[in-house]
Amino acid sequence: MAIGPTSGSPDLHLAVALADCGWHPAAWREPGARPHDLLTGGYWADLVSEAERGLADLVTVDDTLGLQSSSPFRPDSRTDQVRGRLDAVLIANRVGPVTRNIGIVPSQIVTHTEPFHASKAIATLDYVSTGRAGVQLRTSARPEDAALFGRREIPAFDRDAPGADDTGPLADLFDEAADYAEVLRRLWDSWEDDAEIRDVATGRFVDIGKLHYIDFDGASFSVRGPSITPRPPQGQPPIAVLAHRTVAYRLAGRAADLVFVTPRDDADAAGILGEVRDEQDRAGRGAEPVHVLGDVVVFLDSDASAARERKARLDGLLGRELISDAHVFVGTPGELADLILSWRAAGLSGVRLRPGALPYDLERITRDLVPELQRRGAYRTAYTSDTLRGNLGLARPANRYATAR
Amino acid sequence: MPRKQIHLAAHFPGVNNTTVWSDPAAGSHIEFSSFAHFARTAERAKFDFLFLAEGLRLREQNGRIYDLDVVGRPDTFAILAAVAAVTDRLGLAGTINSTFNEPYEVARQFASLDHLSAGRAAWNVVTSWDEFTGENFRRGGFLPQEKRYSRAKEFLSATGTLWDSWDGDEIVADKDSGEFLRDGDPGRFAIRSDQFDVTGRFAVPRSPQGRPVILQAGDSEEGREFAASSSDAIFSRHAELEAGRAFYADVKGRLARYGREHSDLKILPAATFVLGDTDAEAAEKADVVRYQQVSGQTAIKFAEQLWNRDLSDRDPDGPLPAEDPIVGENTVSKGRASVRMYRDPIATANEWRAVAEAKGLSLREVIVEVTARHTFVGSASTVAAAIDESVQTDASDGFVLVPHITPGGLDEFADTVVPLLQERGSFRADYEGTTLREHLGLKPSPTTTDPTEVSP
Repeated sequence: MAIGPTSGSPDLHLAVALADCGWHPAAWREPGARPHDLLTGGYWADLVSEAERGLADLVTVDDTLGLQSSSPFRPDSRTDQVRGRLDAVLIANRVGPVTRNIGIVPSQIVTHTEPFHASKAIATLDYVSTGRAGVQLRTSARPEDAALFGRREIPAFDRDAPGADDTGPLADLFDEAADYAEVLRRLWDSWEDDAEIRDVATGRFVDIGKLHYIDFDGASFSVRGPSITPRPPQGQPPIAVLAHRTVAYRLAGRAADLVFVTPRDDADAAGILGEVRDEQDRAGRGAEPVHVLGDVVVFLDSDASAARERKARLDGLLGRELISDAHVFVGTPGELADLILSWRAAGLSGVRLRPGALPYDLERITRDLVPELQRRGAYRTAYTSDTLRGNLGLARPANRYATAR
Repeated sequence: MPRKQIHLAAHFPGVNNTTVWSDPAAGSHIEFSSFAHFARTAERAKFDFLFLAEGLRLREQNGRIYDLDVVGRPDTFAILAAVAAVTDRLGLAGTINSTFNEPYEVARQFASLDHLSAGRAAWNVVTSWDEFTGENFRRGGFLPQEKRYSRAKEFLSATGTLWDSWDGDEIVADKDSGEFLRDGDPGRFAIRSDQFDVTGRFAVPRSPQGRPVILQAGDSEEGREFAASSSDAIFSRHAELEAGRAFYADVKGRLARYGREHSDLKILPAATFVLGDTDAEAAEKADVVRYQQVSGQTAIKFAEQLWNRDLSDRDPDGPLPAEDPIVGENTVSKGRASVRMYRDPIATANEWRAVAEAKGLSLREVIVEVTARHTFVGSASTVAAAIDESVQTDASDGFVLVPHITPGGLDEFADTVVPLLQERGSFRADYEGTTLREHLGLKPSPTTTDPTEVSP
């Protein structure tokens, strides 16, 4: 279902993607960069608070299981880029109590981790943040990630082989991710909202008629349930995925509330949106609201030539031009606002901005871009809710087990 | 001579009948505000650490989810990371199971927690649970009993390898020269053991404590040896003076074999407390609390766990069952740690019968008596004196205290007992260090490099 404007309030959605010192590999060398603080709670609290001052719907916190590498498919031994990072779910929980309105969406790698643990950790993030948790599910096809666990082989495969999106190892990994999402959702619903009764007269703390076994039995794992953690404040924290190709659009169509996509231009944005909607329909979720946000790497300055010079300086330090899966924007807040509104007109719900350098480009987003969007009447001037679902205009879902009765 | 210093930890009241949820003062055990209140009280009182237990499946009895106690809890790692945001010095200890986790992941989470809390993480290593718990996990419940223990040892060794895989001086992050890492290869590891075959590079640079503080509970011969070889603190059940001194001497006596000193392992018995304005008033309150903790229904459930049969038709105010417990596979109760304590159910039943006969007690009264954990009962000065005596006479190094009310149950202790311990000179007036290792008086965690080799 396309999500139309609600009367009187702009419905553009902004997310900020946080990773290391920013999305440019040389960003740690910028004068304002804080590479020595990357492993502290204060660093992340400062960044998320800044995004919150800019009224962003949410931040995502990027993660990988293994050490960062300049190659997506093999480790490197570089000494000139940021290496070392903390668990994103723990960062999110560390930040939850010191922010008030912004959604916090850590990455969770689903290929090697237990869905039962992930379910309770994200539910707890929702308690810790009083209703602002989400989770971005990521698969890992990296053989060296599998070696960190030593429990399963990830077979080598050709991503570009015909049909790789439909059958074979890649499709299997994404099917497993869809099962994982289903387990998360069932576990979040495994307690009805009013299961805790504290009935002194009968001595019963819970009504066990309102606790449910989920009895999930899939190709890769089975989970009995119920969760040990009661249903979180949002009922269902939003599930997000980053999608670049059909197999991932299919996962999004089956399982996600939020999809991050990487269009090159307006036409590409409209085309990708059509694919996501088709997959939603195929999954029988055509009537459910699913936000599609376009990812953009941003280098922002009030003067376009300053932004270009800054980006060129960083590319120079890197020794080549920045390569990204997402569109790389270099320019002014006004130009970026134009791009965002044009993608919005093409049907996207908004954008997820990946600051090229932190905190500099984040501050340009919150202090320059957001006011520009507000001047154009395209962005809210205050948070409308203190939950992530609320700010995304998503209703609190009914519990599947309660409604099944 | 300065007095021996007491170590105190606060255990957040959890899923067991000790937690009195029916009291009007009892709050949420899930909402973060409860954890924040409890942790801030512990920090105000200069406690060494907050301790959280863990549950991985809801307990069942007679095939139904057990509903008489508090049910449900949040995720341990997530809560500890959040508590790090609302405290500055308090240690953050959590139970994490080694059966339903993988070493790479646990090492990464504890190293992350230690960074995010600036050096306050601690891990209570537990070895198992059963097939019943395994039904919630990919691994399932196939690991046999003896493998679980060897897995725990290999697991702890593997996490140690991972934590030591960065020396701690690799990150240069010199913006001018462009050198982020001193060399290109930190974090590389290869672990091959009976249970694990894991290789790669560890993602988290060395954390402030190097390794989290390692805690362990356990009373068996194997458990004592494990603690003596590799734990920083042990949770014991021996809070009584005589039993405490025997346990203390035994475990501390094992340290030298592992090249460790007397102060390298802290012995912290678990205990609860009931305070009153006078000793008499406290004793009255304690009696009320005990009968809140053991209702007639709870007493029947406890008896079922030992007798391993349905006793729902019995009168809690009547006698203990005359028949013997059913020995063998436990079918009545699932997911309860207490069940494993009854190693010889028939002998235990006979002990309970002897207690009933000697004192003329009903079933409920017997359960009240035999399931009591150690409780300090009295005025603040009585309780302070008892705690101090235990520590000064080497029955313990301090206590892990669990109040019976969430989250305000620690407040009175912090306000009344702690100042008296401070007056005695047995307890710190303020934190002297910033890390949990420093609070506990432990040596820094060993590093793989000699710090003198680090260039300026």
